Amino acid sequence: MTSPRGSLRPRPPTLLDRRRRRVDELAEASGRSLTADAFRRLRRNPVAIVGAVIVGLFVLVSILAPWIAPHDAATAFPELQRTLRPDSIPGAQPGFPLGSDQNGRDFFSRMILASRQTLLVGVLATLIGLVLGVVIGALAGAFGGWVDTVLMRVTDVLLSIPSLLLAISIAALAAKPSQTTVIIAVALVSVPVFARLLRGSMLAQRESDHVLAATSLGVRRRSIVLRHMLPNAMGPVIVQATLTLATSILDAAALSFLGLGDGDPARAEWGLMLANAQSYLDVRPALAFWPAIAIILVALGFTLLGEALREALDPKGRR
Amino acid sequence: MSALLEVEDLKVAFTRRGEPDTVAVDGVSFDVKPGEIVGLVGESGCGKSVTSLAVMRLLPERGNRVAGSIRMDGEDLLGLSDSAMRERRGRDLSMIFQDPLSSLNPVIPVGLQVTEVLTRHRGMKKDAARREAAELLDRVGIPDPTRRLDSYPHQMSGGMRQRALIAIALACTPRLLIADEPTTALDVTIQAQILDLLKQLVAETGTALVMITHDLGVVAGLCDRVNVLYAGRIVERADRHELFRQPRHPYTHGLLGSIPRLDGPPGEDLAAIRGSVNDNLPWASPEGGACAFMPRCPRALEVCAEVTPAAEEAGTRLLRCHNPVPVAEGAE
Ligand SMILES: Nc1ncnc2c1ncn2[C@@H]1O[C@H](COP(=O)(O)OP(=O)(O)OP(=O)(O)O)[C@@H](O)[C@H]1O
Ligand code: SF4
Ligand SMILES: [Mg+2]
Repeated sequence: MTSPRGSLRPRPPTLLDRRRRRVDELAEASGRSLTADAFRRLRRNPVAIVGAVIVGLFVLVSILAPWIAPHDAATAFPELQRTLRPDSIPGAQPGFPLGSDQNGRDFFSRMILASRQTLLVGVLATLIGLVLGVVIGALAGAFGGWVDTVLMRVTDVLLSIPSLLLAISIAALAAKPSQTTVIIAVALVSVPVFARLLRGSMLAQRESDHVLAATSLGVRRRSIVLRHMLPNAMGPVIVQATLTLATSILDAAALSFLGLGDGDPARAEWGLMLANAQSYLDVRPALAFWPAIAIILVALGFTLLGEALREALDPKGRR
Repeated sequence: MSALLEVEDLKVAFTRRGEPDTVAVDGVSFDVKPGEIVGLVGESGCGKSVTSLAVMRLLPERGNRVAGSIRMDGEDLLGLSDSAMRERRGRDLSMIFQDPLSSLNPVIPVGLQVTEVLTRHRGMKKDAARREAAELLDRVGIPDPTRRLDSYPHQMSGGMRQRALIAIALACTPRLLIADEPTTALDVTIQAQILDLLKQLVAETGTALVMITHDLGVVAGLCDRVNVLYAGRIVERADRHELFRQPRHPYTHGLLGSIPRLDGPPGEDLAAIRGSVNDNLPWASPEGGACAFMPRCPRALEVCAEVTPAAEEAGTRLLRCHNPVPVAEGAE
């Protein structure tokens, strides 16, 4: 049945509505810090354990990468190049556990060293997005009124654009594609999510008893915002940051894959490795398989951990 | 002695677009003398908290209308600028809330919440403020005060938290303290301790106290004068002894009758006031013209449905009723 224009039937929720609601729901969990109680719930949750193990391994590998990787990422080895043909890429052999890549370099070392790039891009992009989002959200939540209205309209518009599309547009604006533009593009995409989230929990804080109590003591506005509202409003933002790490890693990989990164063939980066493996899919699918698996696993790890965190902190979470 | 706080004809209405206003406080007048303990008593929803928030100017910025005057030392607080009011809060007048856990900031140590007020209003340096804070905690009976400065609210017991809140509220020795049901969230034994502490502190510091409660037991043990609130109006006011000896308003009379008495005849039924204040919402119709208590009043007359009873003062007593309980009957 089609509903005529102007009918009173409720409008089905749009994608924007759903994203907004998700963000606002997260904000409701504010005012709760990571209590011992939440930590206990987290430890009993198998999803959290799996996520934490994946994330832990990934971080460990990327920190220790130069020591784990047997070789350098850029060096081509004559013993590999000798048997390297456009229609045949040498597989595993002594000293090269995953064989060669399309240029005669050690594929295993490149896989290991690439984890650093991924972690760096993910963390930097998330941090930048977090800081900008927190500033905007705090301003909107603390001042309310027209400041709030303007800031939130802008974030609404940005939220309504699919994030990858937005990241691609921003990265494509850059005069010269580079790793930095990738980081900035990915970071900017997460700003509206953080901003909206923090604004919601700042508003919740504004209504809270302890803010009322602080106000009743004549505490200055600046202290009210910075000392009493902001620290208590950060909980959901921290949770979101874990989830954003996952999407940032995916988005950054996608941008490199699409050639919006710096494309330096010497640098090991999973998205770029995946892109370069395309022409050799029939020759040696492993070249695409391993970077793809790595990206998916890492993103999954952060997502599982983030969702588990949120559930642990959410008072009205499932069960 | 002239009054420290004079609330005159205070009206607070909550407005919401597309809905009629909710009148929460409808012409409340009372005063508080320096060092005096004044009770504000009434059942849930009668406007106690709204009255106290109005005095502190802590009602939400939007969505309400406040009329009347609230004078402290003769100066109308409602006329002050926001920043002037912020200067006074915590220094000249402060407030204690019902739930000590949620009234403390969970993420910063209690000590910092005390020193914050000291540095704000008394211009103290960090070290001096910390020493003073420890002294304040000691004074409200928190053991091992120096160590407790670094505790977070969740590491303290409910009673200790309320003591800490009292320390914070009294840090700058305000001349007026408003306590909004400060013991409701506590165990009975702790309640008594907190009340004793409050009583002792206001006696020592000369702070006047407005005690908001629905508990007549609290009033009996603490207040010099009592205002009984019903549906946003003061229906009876008297000195504590006078009120307990001889309640004149049917509502007060009913309230006192509903307290179990140890010296009463065994098996005696408690007199309950039927219904609740919410039965007669909205109590203040714009046309006026009825006593808000009428639907529940055993002494209602026909005139009660037509004419709002005016406040009549006789001596120290104020009464708002067409057909008050006769003196003899009230005295039993
Ligand atoms: N922000 C608000 N918006 C609309 N109505 C409100 C608001 N705050 C209070 N009210 C209404 O004002 C009336 C008085 O509320 P108030 O909180 O003063 O009651 P109270 O006497 O303190 O009760 P309690 O003992 O439950 O604390 C109630 O009917 C309440 O619904
Ligand atoms: S005015 Fe009438 S209805 Fe109201 S309390 Fe007095 S007797 Fe009862
Ligand atoms: Mg109340």
